[in-house]
Amino acid sequence: MPAQIPRVPIWPAKMHGGKVKQQRMKWITLMFALGAILFLGACHKKAAPPPPPPPPPPPAPTASLTANPNTIEKGQSTTLSWETSNATDVSIDGVGAVQPTGSQQVSPADSTTYTLTAKGAGGTQTATARVTVTAPPPPPPPPPSPTDEELFAQNVHDIFFDYDKSDIRADQQSTLQGNIDFLKQHPNIHFTVEGHCDERGSTEYNLGLGDNRANSVKSALVQGGVSAENIKTISYGKEKPFCTESNETCWQQNRRGHFVYQK
Amino acid sequence: MERVRLAAADFKTSTQDPKNADLLRVFNDTLWNDLDNAGIFDMVSKSFYPTELPANPPDVRFDAWNAPPPNASMLAFGNLGATGNSMTVQGWLYDVKNAASPQVLGKQYSDVPTSDAARAIAHKFANEIIFRLGGGIPGIAESKIFFVSSRSGHKEIWGMDYDGANQHQITHQGSISLSPRISPDGSRLAFSSLTKSGWDILLFSMDLNRLISFPRFGGTNLSPAWSPDGTKLAFSSSRSGDPEICVADQSGANLKRLTSFKMPDVSPVWNPKTGAQIAWVSGRTELPQIYTMESDGTNVQRMTDQGYAVSPAWSPNGQFLVFSWIRHYGPGAPGAEDLYIMDIASKQWVQLTHDGGRNDFPSWSPDGRHIVFQSSRSGTEQLWTMLADGTNQKQLTFVGSNSQPNWSWK
Repeated sequence: MPAQIPRVPIWPAKMHGGKVKQQRMKWITLMFALGAILFLGACHKKAAPPPPPPPPPPPAPTASLTANPNTIEKGQSTTLSWETSNATDVSIDGVGAVQPTGSQQVSPADSTTYTLTAKGAGGTQTATARVTVTAPPPPPPPPPSPTDEELFAQNVHDIFFDYDKSDIRADQQSTLQGNIDFLKQHPNIHFTVEGHCDERGSTEYNLGLGDNRANSVKSALVQGGVSAENIKTISYGKEKPFCTESNETCWQQNRRGHFVYQK
Repeated sequence: MERVRLAAADFKTSTQDPKNADLLRVFNDTLWNDLDNAGIFDMVSKSFYPTELPANPPDVRFDAWNAPPPNASMLAFGNLGATGNSMTVQGWLYDVKNAASPQVLGKQYSDVPTSDAARAIAHKFANEIIFRLGGGIPGIAESKIFFVSSRSGHKEIWGMDYDGANQHQITHQGSISLSPRISPDGSRLAFSSLTKSGWDILLFSMDLNRLISFPRFGGTNLSPAWSPDGTKLAFSSSRSGDPEICVADQSGANLKRLTSFKMPDVSPVWNPKTGAQIAWVSGRTELPQIYTMESDGTNVQRMTDQGYAVSPAWSPNGQFLVFSWIRHYGPGAPGAEDLYIMDIASKQWVQLTHDGGRNDFPSWSPDGRHIVFQSSRSGTEQLWTMLADGTNQKQLTFVGSNSQPNWSWK
């Protein structure tokens, strides 16, 4: 019975990267089996010699590129991972030359398509991965908290005086205490107490009287526990009236210790 | 005192220069006003004068002046002429009742031909006449008045001639400047100004035309006053916590506190005759009153007995205080604010102003015959002068708001 030469592919039509060694082993096994058949059949007739194998074509490069995650917020980063084979020259646009296989963190400012180019003797292969960059969510609006200046304006009230007097009268005590309570709770607030007078009487005497009024308010605040360091005083006498009519209603408006927030 | 009946003939031209007309008008107006303002003459109205006015001594017709209608005792006359870049004024004062030996004064002045120079020469000639006929007391025609004006938009210190001419701004602090007080020699102006550190006493050199250093004491510092020898300043300072009268050297050194009562002590003024007493305003008994004390703080005397009394001014002869007084004052009783003169020894007083408005901040002229003050009687605060008996009240300022006048010492 003539020996049957098994119809096996002598050259693989295509070799896949990473499997060279395994294919070589198969090839050796095949050659051994062929030799054994030839030997066993030699007594019958001589077999024709096999044709010389053609030179193997150079393998084409392969490439893959992924970004994980592929969507980030502005300012965050993502990891690019890539694999290539049969490539001698691997680069990623915007990153530069890279190892054939690897990974790298990137944090693009805007959405970006990364392109990996793998060049080898067998040609060029590209792979792309798109990273989408989203705007960060707007910061939550700050809770509406009034400034010290606004709180001062809401909580600190002027002290009014009797004609030609600088002592704090009984009906001003609750206003004064309210001021003291607020100012003790806000020890960082600095302020000026201005002493004002009505238009009657002399410029010079009224400047002295305004000084007495400003210092009278300051003394009462300090006695109540407000830090003297936080209080400046100034007299305006009758130089800066709040009201310019010549009647008692207006004059009362002008006889005051006026609180001014210091920025 | 009988007043000298004085005729002041308009001066005549002595050259043909075209500038003469303007210069003569300024000169004649100024000379007449100075003599009229002096308060010691019975000025003969110009309508009584003869039609031919003398320009030189040979022109004087004695019988045309010493008999009615002029009936003058004294005659001032002369001539003025500009030539190129100079001006010459010749002036005489004649005793026309004494034809044998009439000349009391004969003067010649030369200066540039400007109206400022014509005004200055008229002041000098007027002062000569006033000195000669007024008992040897120097005239005030060359004196100055310092005051507060808001016409620049801020209250600044201004100066002017005693008759209201030549008003000019002196300080440019841009805040609020008050209470100008010129030193006795006229070289320095002390005032109170709102600075970044509060109300401070500032000194302005009239010679250097700028501020010169003076210490910042802290607190509210107000109403400076020069001692008559110019070596000390009294003022109100609240550096101790309450406005008190203090005295310091002119340099600001050796500060001493003289008063120690609660409520304001302000507006000191020295006795200009002795330099040994200070009058001031104190609120120690509630409504402000006028007090005097020795300049070391002893012998405190209360001068006013009621109402609201402020702004004392001490007469050059040391005998009188003039001050602003609302005699019946209190809520619901807004009395008039008028000027009063008080004899210090007897505490007798006489009311000087009766014309309405608020009258405040009197200041004596160097000759003790005049008082400048502020009054709101015209609707705004303006400066007025009057004779020390309250007569001859005249408005000096008309523009903006003007207050706190201070008359120079000479």
